[in-house]
Amino acid sequence: MTAVLATRSLGRRYGRRWALRDCTLAVPAGRVTGLVGPNGAGKSTLLNLATGILTPSAGSVEVCGAPPARDPAQLAKVGFVAQDTPVYAGLTVEEHLRLGARLNPRWDAAAARRRLDRLGLDTRQRAGKLSGGQRAQLALTLGLAKRPELLLLDEPVASLDPLARREFLQVLMEAVAEGDLSVVLSSHVVSDLERVCDHLIVLVDSQVGVAGDVDVLLDTHHRLVGPRRAAHPLPRDQHVVGASHTDRQSTLVVRAPAGIADPAWTVSRLSLEDLVLAYLTPPAQGRPAAPLETVR
Amino acid sequence: MTIEFSLDAGCGVSPYLQIAQQVRQAVRLGLLRAGDQLPTVKEVVSQLAINPNTVLKAYRELERDGLVTARPGVGTFVTRSVPAEVTAPLEPLRRELARWLVRARSAGLDDESIAALFATTFRAERDVA
Amino acid sequence: MIWLTWRQLRAQAATAALAVAAIGVVAVLTGPRIADLARRTTNVFDALTSTERTLHVAGIAVLAVAPALAGAFWGAPLLARELETGTHRLAWSQSVTRARWLGTKLGLTVASGAVAIGLMSLAITWWAAPVDGVAGSTRGALPGRLTPISFAMRGVAPVGYAVFAVVLGATLGAVLRRTLPAMAVTLALYVVVQIAVPLWIRPHLAPPVTTTVTVSTSTLDGISIDPDGRNPVISTHTPDRGDWILTDETVDRSGRAATLPGWFTACLPSPDVVPASTSRQAEAASPDACFGRLADAGYRQHVAYQPAHRFWQLQWTETAFFLALSALLAAGCFWWIRPPQR
Repeated sequence: MTAVLATRSLGRRYGRRWALRDCTLAVPAGRVTGLVGPNGAGKSTLLNLATGILTPSAGSVEVCGAPPARDPAQLAKVGFVAQDTPVYAGLTVEEHLRLGARLNPRWDAAAARRRLDRLGLDTRQRAGKLSGGQRAQLALTLGLAKRPELLLLDEPVASLDPLARREFLQVLMEAVAEGDLSVVLSSHVVSDLERVCDHLIVLVDSQVGVAGDVDVLLDTHHRLVGPRRAAHPLPRDQHVVGASHTDRQSTLVVRAPAGIADPAWTVSRLSLEDLVLAYLTPPAQGRPAAPLETVR
Repeated sequence: MTIEFSLDAGCGVSPYLQIAQQVRQAVRLGLLRAGDQLPTVKEVVSQLAINPNTVLKAYRELERDGLVTARPGVGTFVTRSVPAEVTAPLEPLRRELARWLVRARSAGLDDESIAALFATTFRAERDVA
Repeated sequence: MIWLTWRQLRAQAATAALAVAAIGVVAVLTGPRIADLARRTTNVFDALTSTERTLHVAGIAVLAVAPALAGAFWGAPLLARELETGTHRLAWSQSVTRARWLGTKLGLTVASGAVAIGLMSLAITWWAAPVDGVAGSTRGALPGRLTPISFAMRGVAPVGYAVFAVVLGATLGAVLRRTLPAMAVTLALYVVVQIAVPLWIRPHLAPPVTTTVTVSTSTLDGISIDPDGRNPVISTHTPDRGDWILTDETVDRSGRAATLPGWFTACLPSPDVVPASTSRQAEAASPDACFGRLADAGYRQHVAYQPAHRFWQLQWTETAFFLALSALLAAGCFWWIRPPQR
């Protein structure tokens, strides 16, 4: 399976602060990948590095097998919907479509127009006068109509109301269903991603916390509830990701690919949100931080 | 569309399993019969805003169980109906159950007590059998 | 890309077109009378109405200010606005390379500015041609074309300045990433350059001609006091009043720089300080004798100047200089905006 986005020790810094550090990923093609992390974790930085808008300070990044923004053919393979969905406020919707048609070789004008008609967007309106949801839909239409192999979206639904959010995701998923499109979409709200993503990357503190197919992640991570014990002798292939205790009871989130054999624990399945939260919660005092992992 | 799916995000069951379950339930209730076409992946995705792979996975599982068959380029179709002999006893059972529920409620049981009563009796009866 | 650049430039281009049209109309309406006057009288300046004199000043002001405005309002926002509003993320994720994007934007904007200002300069230079450099009997005669105040606002030089200003604005916009600071810095740097070039660069664009002038009433431009306040200083002019005097120093018989002898001040009948005079009134007879004595003692004026006929040569040389500077800046801008190399 070729990786549609591959990074190797990728890093970017501003002055002395590393916005992204030591990021090594391989996102398989054909997936909808969620990029999750708190604000400032490096999600925007990673996406801007992948589109070639930012230059890496360390490491390398490749999209669809080649460095980003290398030539027009490479630029045509990647679409980007940036944070706050920038559009030219002075240009009308129609002129944005013309922009896309002129600047992209594989422009699908008919599909773009169809989508906008379905959404009820008046093409003569200036883009600056559109509502947030309409602007997001315009940006998404522009990104999809260039027929990329990979579409990157930076918090596209963060400032949208629930209806606009649902409509945005519907259009996006329909495009994925039509085939041959990989998507990487970032959000700091996990519930958006649960319906939509089959691959997940968790960024925390500018580094990768965990990455892998959602099914595999949910199959290999478990919630263990059991009586409070002084020590937690877990077998070596099991790692504690998060833990909380009352004076009687311990609750652990554990990564155990081989399953849990110890009958003392009550094992239950995690939701995606709980899994992400476990990786995002900073480690308790004295317990070493969870190791960086990639799960295939 | 023949049937419409719904997704319960918080219930802890994977989305693809929920879809497969809903198809099986619809077949069981006779809402879907042999030869009926399941909603296309695009239709489901458009309605629910979920990952198309989820729908594909659900349909593949149903196909593995022999409940549906996929015709490339056309769609996914139900292969077998629940035979009439199986659906026939359903109606009287449903009526009986409805009457029991009325009695349980007038006895003062709330939803959770009814569900708990059913679950424990169900398990006890199954373990005996 | 050309379409997009033009669409974004549309409003500014319309303003410029309006300005050019207005100037053209005024020039066509008022110009012929002045050209006619010049044919009939030698002292055109005195024959001008006050409106026409105002127009002359206005013409200078327009050409002085237009390149700066082009730099601040066309050049500075070109990249700064995209970077500030984030639309560069939209532009750079289309299928055009960074180089083509910048090249088209910069190229079209520079070309438009050059054409607009070129047309303005054409109209104003044509209009003012009969009047430039003419000495009038009234005060406020017009400076020669070569002197700094006129040179920059005539001919083809403003086009070079406009190109430079726009490229400067664009580069500053790319570096500073904010429109208002970029506009302010562009204006400031443009003013600095416009002061520095006539002082240090323009005099050397062609090798100055040197000559020795004997002081007499016909060559005398004025006598003043040096900064120390003790010795008189003579300034002279060359036969062609349009020449641009660069240095004018007194030298003695052996050719070395010297101050005027003490007896000279005592010799002159009038007060020490004589203002630079374009008056044709003859001085009293005795100054001639003083000048004669000065010449006999070996004192001459060593003058370095740019001859008036070099006007167009200097214009083209200076324009080439600014175009070369612009090319350098533009290369810097492309380098700044470049995509990741790896």
